[in-house]
Amino acid sequence: MSRRVRLWLLALGGAGLAALLFAACLELPGFGGDRHPYGERAVRESLARRTANAVSSVNFDQRAFDTMGEMTILFAAVLGTVVLLRQTRDEHRAQPAPAHVAPPVRRYALITLPVALLVGLYVVAHGQLSPGGGFQGGVVAATALHLLYLGADYRALERVRPVGLYEVGDALGTSAYLVLGIAGVLAGTAFLANTLLPYGTFNTLSSGGTVPLLNAAVGMEVACAAVVLLARFLDQAVEIEENAVGTEESGE
Amino acid sequence: MMSVLPYLVAVWIFLAGCYGLATSRNLIHAVGCLAVCQAATYVLLIAVGYRDGATAPVHSDIEPGSRPLVDPVVQALALTDVVVGATVTALLLALILQISKRHGTVDPDELSELRG
Repeated sequence: MSRRVRLWLLALGGAGLAALLFAACLELPGFGGDRHPYGERAVRESLARRTANAVSSVNFDQRAFDTMGEMTILFAAVLGTVVLLRQTRDEHRAQPAPAHVAPPVRRYALITLPVALLVGLYVVAHGQLSPGGGFQGGVVAATALHLLYLGADYRALERVRPVGLYEVGDALGTSAYLVLGIAGVLAGTAFLANTLLPYGTFNTLSSGGTVPLLNAAVGMEVACAAVVLLARFLDQAVEIEENAVGTEESGE
Repeated sequence: MMSVLPYLVAVWIFLAGCYGLATSRNLIHAVGCLAVCQAATYVLLIAVGYRDGATAPVHSDIEPGSRPLVDPVVQALALTDVVVGATVTALLLALILQISKRHGTVDPDELSELRG
């Protein structure tokens, strides 16, 4: 298909889709309207289970099973990336040479690193109370570690980041979530039902039953997953090189 | 018109992403366009959940029942959306890295010529 034909086809399909979506938008309930039946019920349930952050309550309590699927997607994607970005036979690992880092960058990165790490852990720990949670905090904590790459060099990062350990942590986080779900079954209720623990005092760290635990499991999984993902990409960019005199494999 | 404008913005973002996907000459650029398409769903979800004069559905600093709240369900869905989007992006970029190594190009048009 030539470029012209493709563009025409796109214009035709796009115009049709735009018209349909436009018509659909006109039928949607008005923006900012007062009718949110699901939202109201979700907030009521979240307050009944003493979880201050209603979004966390939806994620880790009312739709905990859905979050398990989401975690599994993340886990599978990390697994896929690890497989795709492994070192192949016609490649070798080169020792990265330390690069010069401008002093202000180094200073700023090294000052920000502990602060960013702490913020990440805080966001995970307070997921059931204030905005944030395992997903957001995990990413913040994982990226905080990589400030070391900016501030120092790749070898310094590798020293604080044994990838194998984080791969295990990723798997442990995922299994912890499953185990918490199965614990509910063993306790005589349903899978991932929030009936295992007392709900605690509203707006304190231990409130919300299993929400803080599931949240922490997700935080661990996401932090480890992000570290592993970035490690694989950085390995490709920094360390893994094609063999200079390697035999040219033209695929199958 | 004002009451549907945010939905139309979402539609526009989605179509802009689709246009980029179809006309892309670089796979990395195409992944960026896919992210734009996905951003449209965030806008749509958050717009659906909005309520005039409402605040975030988080009770860490407001008294329960003292103020109207936006819909937490769609916010949770948007969070799921972001996570899935990020993982898909990572996986696609890994694939592109391998394509670039094996074929020496990231232009989707040239790729179809290389192998049937």
